[in-house]
Amino acid sequence: MKKLLLALATTAAVIGFSAAASAADKAKICFVYVGSKTDGGWTQAHDLGRQELEKALGDKIETQFLENVPEGPDAERAIERLARSGCGLIFTTSFGFMDATVKIAAKFPDVKFEHATGYKTGPNLATYNSRFYEGRYIQGQIAAKISKNGVAGYIASFPIPEVVMGINSFLIGARSVNPEFKLKVVWANTWFDPGKEADAAKALIDQGVDVLTQHTDTTAPMQVAAERGIKAFGQASDMIKAGPETQLTAIVDTWGPYYIKRTQALLDGKWETTSSWDGLKDGILTMAPYTNMPDDVKALAEATEAKIKSGELKPFTGPLKKQDGSEWLAAGASSDDGTLLGMNFYVEGVDDKLPQ
Amino acid sequence: MRIELERRPDVSKLFSILSPFIALGLTIFFGGIMFVLLGKDPVSALYSFFIEPLTEVWSLHELAIKAAPLILIAVGLSVCYRSNNWNIGAEGQFIMGAIAGSILPVVFHEWHSPLVLPLMMVLGMLGGALFAGIPAFLKAHLNTNEILTSLMLVYVAQLFLDWLVRGPWRNPGGMNFPETRTFDASAILPEMIASGRAHWGFGFAILAAILVWFMMRYTLKGFEITVLGQSERAGRFAGFSSRKMIWFSMLLSGALAGLAGIAEVSGAIQQLRPVISPGYGFTAIIVAFLGRLNPLGIVVAGLVLALTYLGGEAVQVSLQISDKPIRVFQGLLLFFVLSCDTLIHYKIRMMWYDLTKTTGEGAR
Repeated sequence: MKKLLLALATTAAVIGFSAAASAADKAKICFVYVGSKTDGGWTQAHDLGRQELEKALGDKIETQFLENVPEGPDAERAIERLARSGCGLIFTTSFGFMDATVKIAAKFPDVKFEHATGYKTGPNLATYNSRFYEGRYIQGQIAAKISKNGVAGYIASFPIPEVVMGINSFLIGARSVNPEFKLKVVWANTWFDPGKEADAAKALIDQGVDVLTQHTDTTAPMQVAAERGIKAFGQASDMIKAGPETQLTAIVDTWGPYYIKRTQALLDGKWETTSSWDGLKDGILTMAPYTNMPDDVKALAEATEAKIKSGELKPFTGPLKKQDGSEWLAAGASSDDGTLLGMNFYVEGVDDKLPQ
Repeated sequence: MRIELERRPDVSKLFSILSPFIALGLTIFFGGIMFVLLGKDPVSALYSFFIEPLTEVWSLHELAIKAAPLILIAVGLSVCYRSNNWNIGAEGQFIMGAIAGSILPVVFHEWHSPLVLPLMMVLGMLGGALFAGIPAFLKAHLNTNEILTSLMLVYVAQLFLDWLVRGPWRNPGGMNFPETRTFDASAILPEMIASGRAHWGFGFAILAAILVWFMMRYTLKGFEITVLGQSERAGRFAGFSSRKMIWFSMLLSGALAGLAGIAEVSGAIQQLRPVISPGYGFTAIIVAFLGRLNPLGIVVAGLVLALTYLGGEAVQVSLQISDKPIRVFQGLLLFFVLSCDTLIHYKIRMMWYDLTKTTGEGAR
């Protein structure tokens, strides 16, 4: 019986055989994803970047990815597998892959590694991140213009610096328009959970917020906002389809240009370790079209975007106070990147206690 | 028409042995068809899946790392299930063991001594056992359903760990990220052999499997477990206490799950994080049944299941496909193995009579 089945399988094999094109001379660029490449949010944005890279340099490179890789020992194995399979450059696209990437990078000195959103580097290990907070500043300004109650709701994921930074930037932007503006925060403690995110959205709306923004990945809050007739901002991808009448704009992650730049450097033999933290001006994030708002608000948003791109405006510029009222930045002073990357305090006006 | 499973009067020895091979053949056949439909070469897919991970030293180490927690937990669960106690909460006991064992390297991180590691392992077992003691107490004294209580406690453990690593145990030098400090070298479970990173967790798993196998086969306790599991009443006539058995089996499986937890954290992760297990406690339930609740069978089943994870990744890399077809393939394998095993003990009977008549009778 078993022999027969094997024979059948082999026959099927011969019929369906398609020789894999050998591509030994091409450089192999590899990606490790924490989620599914079609998750509609974080991982999908990285995969779109990978596809862009293939389109741009497809004649010189090939790409490869592993998806749904859990953080922890599994990540270490997945990265090692890619390193052994001949990858020249490996992008690990989740914060939780940091220590695994560090370990494997030390083991494979000839392979280059790039870790997204982390803070540990090495001679063959670079980090890259995006100044998402620049987009959040613009969102804050829009929210302050649009909101009638002067209160926005923020669905946050985890109290890590990245997220706290976004909350602060949003509020600083809003207060540049309306100094009395308030912000309520709900911690969903998840990156991806439509049910919890929708509940958080409902809770915030019930508390009287009339503009919603999120640092979680699904379109659920957008849908709730649409049902309840308030406005909202999209996250990671353009979510206009979930709320055609609701989305004001969205922060769209566009990793493609960065991936192309770094791969080109590798091909030219010029790859060096860095801690890259690009922003709106570098095209690593873009704003989805400004919709569902009056023209003057749109003009303001576009003007702010231009100012951030030219470097004229830095969101974290004093005078700014911390939540407890103590001085943080004097008038005209801008925060250094180190403080931002370790941010564990709120600025004045956030109506929430930061989980410590 | 109705389909029924009918218990076979006697079990064929031959097919008990052949069943896994038939299942493997069916999986290869249907999996091969799937790969052909995807336009991929099924021979190289199957090669990457089953053989490639076994051809390199580093991936054999990875196999041991992946299999260790599965085997360790499943061995404990087999005692529970044999004695008719349905501990579904090994995932929680795994986590609590990891937390209890991590007290030394996280809270008392300045204490370096050769004693740290053995103490961590003992604390890990205690943590897991005490946590399994909760559903054991509830079942033994309040007659609560242990399936529910042990399962619900998984979420308690997960959230407790989450709170710890974001709150009191957070690494002071970790930029506010949710993780504890990394363990000192004296708190890290060493590698078994120098050629790779497989740690002593795998040694514990094999040792536990042999000890439990010996207990089940050659000791009175093993007999007691089997008798009480098959018929509580018969066990009582023999003077065995089912209440004591609840405690024994739950504490044992909790302790082994806890040991798996601290071995995984100390050997492979080397710090606590919000999530330390990709569902080992639940996957181990499959492993336990795949190994037919026999500790030695569980060692094989654990290795096979670990192989499917490694092989799945190897196929993703070598064939450039997404992980979805791999999941389907893993599912096929489990489906065929478990259904072939079921058909050893049961046969399918079609009931052709008219169902409307039965309802009529029932109504009368």
